[in-house]
Amino acid sequence: MIWLGIDTANTPLAIALVKDGQVIAEEVANIKLNHSGGAMPAIDRLFAHTKMKPADLDAIAVSEGPGSYTGVRIGVTIAKTLAWTLNIPIVGVSSLKILAANVPYFPHVICSLVDARRQNVYAGAYSSKDSLEVIIEDGHYELEQLLNQLDALNQPILFVGHDVEVFYEKIAERLGERALRAPYPFNLPSASQLIYLAEQQPLPAAETVHAFVPTYKRIAEAEANWIKEQKAKQHD
Amino acid sequence: MGEFIMEKDLYVLGIESSCDETAAAIIKNGTEIVSNVVASQIESHKRFGGVVPEIASRHHVENVTLVIEEALTKAGVQPSDLDAVCVTEGPGLVGALLIGINAAKAFAFAHQLPLIGTHHIAGHIYANHLVQPMEFPLLALVVSGGHTELVLMKEHGSFELIGETRDDAAGEAYDKVARVLNISYPGGPKIDQMAHESDGAVNFPRVWLEADSYDFSFSGLKSAVINYQHNAIQRGEEVNRYHVAKGFQDSVVEVLTAKTLRAAKEYQVKQVIAAGGVAANKGLRASLEKVFKEEGIPFYVPPLPLCTDNAAMIAAAGTEMFKMGVRSDWSLNGRPGMELVSWNRK
Repeated sequence: MIWLGIDTANTPLAIALVKDGQVIAEEVANIKLNHSGGAMPAIDRLFAHTKMKPADLDAIAVSEGPGSYTGVRIGVTIAKTLAWTLNIPIVGVSSLKILAANVPYFPHVICSLVDARRQNVYAGAYSSKDSLEVIIEDGHYELEQLLNQLDALNQPILFVGHDVEVFYEKIAERLGERALRAPYPFNLPSASQLIYLAEQQPLPAAETVHAFVPTYKRIAEAEANWIKEQKAKQHD
Repeated sequence: MGEFIMEKDLYVLGIESSCDETAAAIIKNGTEIVSNVVASQIESHKRFGGVVPEIASRHHVENVTLVIEEALTKAGVQPSDLDAVCVTEGPGLVGALLIGINAAKAFAFAHQLPLIGTHHIAGHIYANHLVQPMEFPLLALVVSGGHTELVLMKEHGSFELIGETRDDAAGEAYDKVARVLNISYPGGPKIDQMAHESDGAVNFPRVWLEADSYDFSFSGLKSAVINYQHNAIQRGEEVNRYHVAKGFQDSVVEVLTAKTLRAAKEYQVKQVIAAGGVAANKGLRASLEKVFKEEGIPFYVPPLPLCTDNAAMIAAAGTEMFKMGVRSDWSLNGRPGMELVSWNRK
């Protein structure tokens, strides 16, 4: 069984090929490259290095978000087009769960976090027991609101993700000694972790590929404003 | 490489997602439409009074594989029958462009097909090639929500911009005037209809710019309409929206027609074509048809479904690029402000 994994949900680009439970090749880059220009050449290189062909693939794993809207869409568009036209299944995995998978033996709470601008974050909290049991649902949170929820857990919390440093001062201020930082090698998503997590999910039928969409965790701003207007009209 | 020799039929897949239509088409030998599928998002954007880029991108990602599959199925074509994949590279909404581009790249990569990034306006011009073989020199009037341009073509793949709008595109002016007149989005076709039904017209200015210029300007006309409306309201007068619609359309059509005619004569073209969404405007079509008939210059405008955004036109332009040896690599990216330049024969 040969898997291709793609994560372009945030700044890093992560891709991997896994064959029968072995990582064949993996690439990660944390440069501000443009995923639209960079993802496909990287995938092409990966196949060239490994002397594999697209037709060799049996399944595709993709980071479904949350993250940069455009970034998530690039990975999902490439993944779903490949899956559809090669007639193979696509499995989506949370971008935050992929990060949490980097620190599997931490005995307390793991919090994956991505900068969502204006003191907001995309975040989720997991327990490493039972293959990453969800403690706090993935979502778009105000940092304060997230810290309130984490504080209430009353446990040591390991923060993971390359945006943690943006918020760490505030996190440490609030949680004190309960706040821990993952060492930097664990802060980038790994596409082999993505594939490993995807393998633990049931394989959907290839026909469901068309319906696969990103998990944004936020409605578009214009839509939010429109809903607000409709509600205001109802009150008039 | 020498002249391209056509040994077998060429089948090209085109993909277009530059604004609010997700589209895919299969074209045979550059001129024959085998399938042409368009998923319009217009209903979704109506409530916002215009296209919302983020919403457009979300719809593209929902629709893109379905649309490509339908184009292949309707054509009865397998990926292995295809010779190339062409996709709109720009101009357009960047987030929207990226969906078509990345789908095209993944599809081309999966089947190891050549990939060609195509200019959206070259596509609009080549929409005519699907109806009537192009003859050169050719003058194209490109009018849409984002463009108002006069393009001179001396041969396939050669584009010389001889005039363009200095402010609003014609279609943009229609949308803005529609908003002033409280006409729901998309307002262009409704203004055209109202102008057609109107029994009178407000006399709005014609903006000609310098005597020898082929450029356009529509923002002054738009302001004149807004001022007219504003003054009438201040005086407590009822505005006849039909008269405003006709007055506005008359001004736009007269300027577009006169400049296109003058350019056609100066460059002694063998063919004049109109392209783009506003080329569907009945008032504009009638006016252009009339003057070029009088002048004895062949004038063509594609049928309505080929005027609005579609992928058949992208595949038509892309087929000519393919024949000239133009190729893109896997780093192909969306270019929201892409300029129309001539293709380099490889």
